[in-house]
Amino acid sequence: MALQHFTEESFDKAVKENGLLVVDFWAEWCGPCKMLGPVIEQLANDYDGKAVVGKVNVDDEPELAQRFGIMSIPTVIFFKDGKEVDKKIGVMPPQEFVKTIEANL
Amino acid sequence: MKYDLIVLGSGPAGLAAAVAARGRGKTALVVGNRWQDSPLAKAEKIDNYLGLPGRTGYELLEEFQKHAEDAGIEFLTGRAISLMAWDGFTVTVGADMVQGGALVMAPGVVRQAKFPGEQEFLGRGVSYCATCDGMLYRGRDVVVAGRTNDAPEEARYLQSIGCNVTYTAPKKPDSLDADIPFVAAGKVEIRGDKTVSAVLLDGTEIPCACVFILRASLAPTDLLPALETENGYIRVDRAMKTNVEGVFACGDCTGAPLQVAKAVGEGHIAGLSACEYLDKQTK
Repeated sequence: MALQHFTEESFDKAVKENGLLVVDFWAEWCGPCKMLGPVIEQLANDYDGKAVVGKVNVDDEPELAQRFGIMSIPTVIFFKDGKEVDKKIGVMPPQEFVKTIEANL
Repeated sequence: MKYDLIVLGSGPAGLAAAVAARGRGKTALVVGNRWQDSPLAKAEKIDNYLGLPGRTGYELLEEFQKHAEDAGIEFLTGRAISLMAWDGFTVTVGADMVQGGALVMAPGVVRQAKFPGEQEFLGRGVSYCATCDGMLYRGRDVVVAGRTNDAPEEARYLQSIGCNVTYTAPKKPDSLDADIPFVAAGKVEIRGDKTVSAVLLDGTEIPCACVFILRASLAPTDLLPALETENGYIRVDRAMKTNVEGVFACGDCTGAPLQVAKAVGEGHIAGLSACEYLDKQTK
């Protein structure tokens, strides 16, 4: 499955599934978010079938941003079997995300 | 667009690096503050720059800038707020994103010291980017600790999107909007539990959800944590290479003497080394 674009409804459904879910909270007006975009896309491709990778636009889904206490974007949150297991704030190279994904597969 | 070279810093070292790269047919983008805002622009007299004695800092910078513009260098005014070394280098400047094949760091002397609580709460109520994070604090109290000439403008932006802004600086900037409350303070201390709840300004507590810290530039090691430093300066070899592949540094950020002549010389070497690196990449 390629990169997902979550709404509150599709997120709630995805987070209930077992397995690893990686969610990038972002917005159009955020330069660093745009920079992280290709990295997240690559993760979605590399882990196709192993983890679900998606994005939440905090402008469109403010209640999700609020629910997870997003205070700075980009923020990437990792959920395993529905529970938050890690959170990374800010831009970082793919290896940093890969480490967390590999540890939680 | 992708440039061959991105230079962070618009002072003598950065411009010299960019001019050297243009001389080798490379494209170069310089990201930095307005040259008029450089501390060097305030220097009354510079007498040790060969061939151009007695110039003021302002005059010298003006000539450097003209030379760089004539050489076809492009400029982006602003502060680099994040950097990613992946598939070349990507830098964000406000809402803009630029890419380059090699990177030269020439930010000058950047104050490395942080406010108490700044690092601890970064991303949890401490932000360096009003454009990025302002929207997340609509309807809430925020403090702008302004340390640059354009910080009042960012405070105005935050106010305009619905944040309740208090501005703090050691001295009130003339350009600050009259309807933004101002607190004169030099010492800033950030307080909170899991997230920021208040800021102490010279000991006076102001409750807030976020502190936007706006300095002239981020420390190179904040942009690129892998960068090795020594006594607060970026460690380089004679080719101005840092420990990170494709990243070069020059000028005051590599250490004393903090002189224009040394900055220009180092900048030239850094520019040429970057070209050599780029040529190897394309082979």
